[in-house]
Amino acid sequence: QVTVRDALNQALDEEMERDERVFLLGEEVAQYDGAYKISRGLWKKYGDKRVMDTPISEMGFAGIAVGAAMVWLRPVCEFMTFNFSMQAIDQVINSAAKTCYMSAGAISVPVVFRGPNGAAAGVGAQHSQCFAAWYGHCPGLKVLSPWSSEDCKGLLKASIRDDNPVVMLENELLYGVPFEMSEQAQSKDFIVPIGKAKIEREGTHVTLVSHSRPVGHCMEAAAVLAKEGVECEVESFSFFFQVINLRTIRPMDIEAVEASVVKTNHLVTVEGGWPQFGVGAEICARIMEGSAFNYLDAPAVRVTGADVPMPYAKILEDNCIPQVKDIIFAVKKVLNI
Amino acid sequence: ASRVMVASRNYADFASEATFEIKKCDLHRLEEGPGTTTVMTREEGLHYYKKMQTIRRMELKSDQLYKQKIIRGFCHLYDGQEACCVGLEVAIKPTDHVITAYRVHGFTYIRGVPIREILAELTGRKGGCAKGKGGSMHMYTKNFYGGNGIVGAQVPLGAGIALACKYFNKNEVCLTLYGDGAANQGQIFETFNMAALWKLPCVFICENNRYGMGTSVERAAASTDYYKRGDFIPGLRVDGMDVLCVREATKFATEYCRSGKGPIVMELQTYRYHGHSMSDPGISYRTREEIQEVRSKSDPITLLKDRMVNSNLASIEELKEIDVAVRKEIEEAAQFATTDPEPPVEDLGNHIFFNEPPFEVRGPNQWIRYKSVS
Repeated sequence: QVTVRDALNQALDEEMERDERVFLLGEEVAQYDGAYKISRGLWKKYGDKRVMDTPISEMGFAGIAVGAAMVWLRPVCEFMTFNFSMQAIDQVINSAAKTCYMSAGAISVPVVFRGPNGAAAGVGAQHSQCFAAWYGHCPGLKVLSPWSSEDCKGLLKASIRDDNPVVMLENELLYGVPFEMSEQAQSKDFIVPIGKAKIEREGTHVTLVSHSRPVGHCMEAAAVLAKEGVECEVESFSFFFQVINLRTIRPMDIEAVEASVVKTNHLVTVEGGWPQFGVGAEICARIMEGSAFNYLDAPAVRVTGADVPMPYAKILEDNCIPQVKDIIFAVKKVLNI
Repeated sequence: ASRVMVASRNYADFASEATFEIKKCDLHRLEEGPGTTTVMTREEGLHYYKKMQTIRRMELKSDQLYKQKIIRGFCHLYDGQEACCVGLEVAIKPTDHVITAYRVHGFTYIRGVPIREILAELTGRKGGCAKGKGGSMHMYTKNFYGGNGIVGAQVPLGAGIALACKYFNKNEVCLTLYGDGAANQGQIFETFNMAALWKLPCVFICENNRYGMGTSVERAAASTDYYKRGDFIPGLRVDGMDVLCVREATKFATEYCRSGKGPIVMELQTYRYHGHSMSDPGISYRTREEIQEVRSKSDPITLLKDRMVNSNLASIEELKEIDVAVRKEIEEAAQFATTDPEPPVEDLGNHIFFNEPPFEVRGPNQWIRYKSVS
């Protein structure tokens, strides 16, 4: 069992050891061991040159990371949370994402921007925004949103080795969560391919598509409903869901979703971000455009964060984040039960 | 057969070099600056003259092509500022790095891209230096990183390049240019802070041509001493119309950086004859008289020509021959730029990623797909 935090730490350590061009920069990543302790121990091991504490200058240090990547380094630039990346978003999009295209392939930008994304617990509106839809909108970027420790380790290693700009959206509430890690996942060359979703749970009645922390909620919902199904077996009705963990927002593995919808005929998307122009909206649009549309027995349903800035009081916050009960409700709606 | 006398004097009549006085640079936090005299050889002079004249004519040709609607979109011309990019280039090594903003044609040329590829990029053809994907503001070559459209964003990028130089102890520096307009951008001050903190080998260069778009420096900056705006970073103010002054100042500044002392700021006082871009006639916020005065008293090419002729480094006829050769080169390049085919539509999807297996990209509707190859 390995926590997400340790998995990320291992990934950074292994990649820094493997390639001396890899270095880490961001606020508090060195002597503080990382605001969320993701880079714990790395400064002690690698020193000032490879693990750099920056002043509070997101636009400046994000640009410095991109410039270093344009030459021959492979920076991992940490945003303490992605809320602060808005200060630097011009460097991520205009300087990093578009440069390979504008230069017709002459300049590559192998930079990784990583940090916690989305809601935490009680941190208020300015610290709780999900940026999956914003970054996922832009060609030239690869956008990842992992869930489990294996996802995190494998995808972070893959992003560092990728020659293109990658935005890795982690989740603060997942950092302390332990997951099983297979033998294979513990090897130094374990990579999770970017752009491939993972079926976390097989099923036949509904497809639940999600990314990041809500994947866990989907798994819980699926377990709860399966139990109910067992109780309902009297009516010879049991629920089996296919839970798809997208893992990558861009490029999105829509084929995996389509294949699943063809099997289950029902689709529910689950995300933490706001509904309008969100990840779920994109999935629904693409399903409509593809062959899987003809296999839907009901319109697709989205479960999202509430369409408000995040409030502080626990009772309010809890009702702004998609909970297990919201997923169950949506599933029952789409199955018309 | 008769021998045609091309020049009326034997080249042995010319001096091989001469000493010139250059303006003293204003200094900030520096005990001493570049010298006030410098030596220029005949070869150097001819080289600088040819380069500056080429840039001048290239920009004028771009103006012409733009008015003929063969160039479209943004086109920011550099005529008047030639001494800056030429003076900088001759003071650094090819292995040093340069990054600038959008007024980039002169730098692209001086860093090694042929004129025909620059003009073809402006006309959006496949023979353009960015295969028609970039346009006027996005030109690149080895050790030259554009070509950046977002005002000020190139400054942190330049510091990042300097960081990479220092990381591997390369003894290379990065010249990071920005304009008087950009000088008020917050990210530049963030960059000053980090560059000084980490002693990055970055030469920050403000090309002060007195106007943002149409906003004069007095109306945009509480302090127009751009060479002092780095505060804790030493700076020098340089006559940007004199190629020798720029050369010596750049040698001084790069020497400072290479010695590990950290960043330095250079302000080049220069002037652009054209408006901000081709859509700006350039006379609503400044007078024609002002432009004329700069042309007659401070034109960088005329300044160099007069110096060379008066010091017997070259003859007027010889320089005229160079003019003729340059015009010819520009005409040929323009010919190429107007006849080369446009990029194939299929190229639309390419170069999104680097070193990536081919994938599909969506077009304006779900049935139109383009292949994307790196």
